[in-house]
Amino acid sequence: MATVEVTFTPLPVHVRTARLVATAVARRSGVAESLLDEVRLAVGEACSRAVEAHMLHCPEQPIRVSLTDDGERFEVVVTDAVPDAEHGMPTGTVAANGTSAVPAAAPAGFAAVDGEVPLQLPDGVGLAVIAGLADDVRVAPAGSGTSVTMSWKRRSS
Amino acid sequence: MDLKLAHSNKDGIEIVDVEGEIDVYTAPRLRELLIELVNKKNYQLIVNMEKVEFLDSTGLGVLVGGLKRVRAHDGSLDLVCTQERILKIFRITGLTKVFGIHESVDQAIAARKAEK
Repeated sequence: MATVEVTFTPLPVHVRTARLVATAVARRSGVAESLLDEVRLAVGEACSRAVEAHMLHCPEQPIRVSLTDDGERFEVVVTDAVPDAEHGMPTGTVAANGTSAVPAAAPAGFAAVDGEVPLQLPDGVGLAVIAGLADDVRVAPAGSGTSVTMSWKRRSS
Repeated sequence: MDLKLAHSNKDGIEIVDVEGEIDVYTAPRLRELLIELVNKKNYQLIVNMEKVEFLDSTGLGVLVGGLKRVRAHDGSLDLVCTQERILKIFRITGLTKVFGIHESVDQAIAARKAEK
């Protein structure tokens, strides 16, 4: 059972709240102070990604953030309701068995930024940032949508 | 903390001072300011990020967009940043090779003048 669960309407203004909650729970769960910025940024990236996809495809559906500190790890799961095909999920991030680690050196995709300047960089950039910040990252189907699971080691008590 | 933006001209270079958090909610305001400056023919920009407390990939996208716009006019967009937590996201994404990143506004101006 998650230590804390947050459900929020897919609006950009709520992403900051999710970041703040994740950072507070991580600190309380014994994640090292030096890693808290990484938790904050990674959770923010995952939530931003979910919000943008929801706003396009299912603005009435909430986004779920689950934070768990069982065992030796602090784990955050951000779950959206957007099917993979609508998400533009980079090929290969989800394996046939449903889970797969995101490549640590996922291509940032800046070469694809051409023509009219987009507000958002390609989707792979957010995942690449998450992969660069969390100890472990998994992207998998979850219900009708997708979950991004990130975890960090807790300090030994 | 919300986002605070200010800008001023120094030696013909527009300095954009950014304070607070640049994320999916606030980044559009920075994007609008950069577009406004370029539309007013300011093609030499320095974005001072010393007071930025948070930056995500949405913010990076805005900076890359600004860089593309000024480069279309043979201009430049340099950054001022010494905070490790902000620099880390530039390193992860490889953008340290795309932007000139300096330790102070004066250093950024000097570097820009040296390239002219």
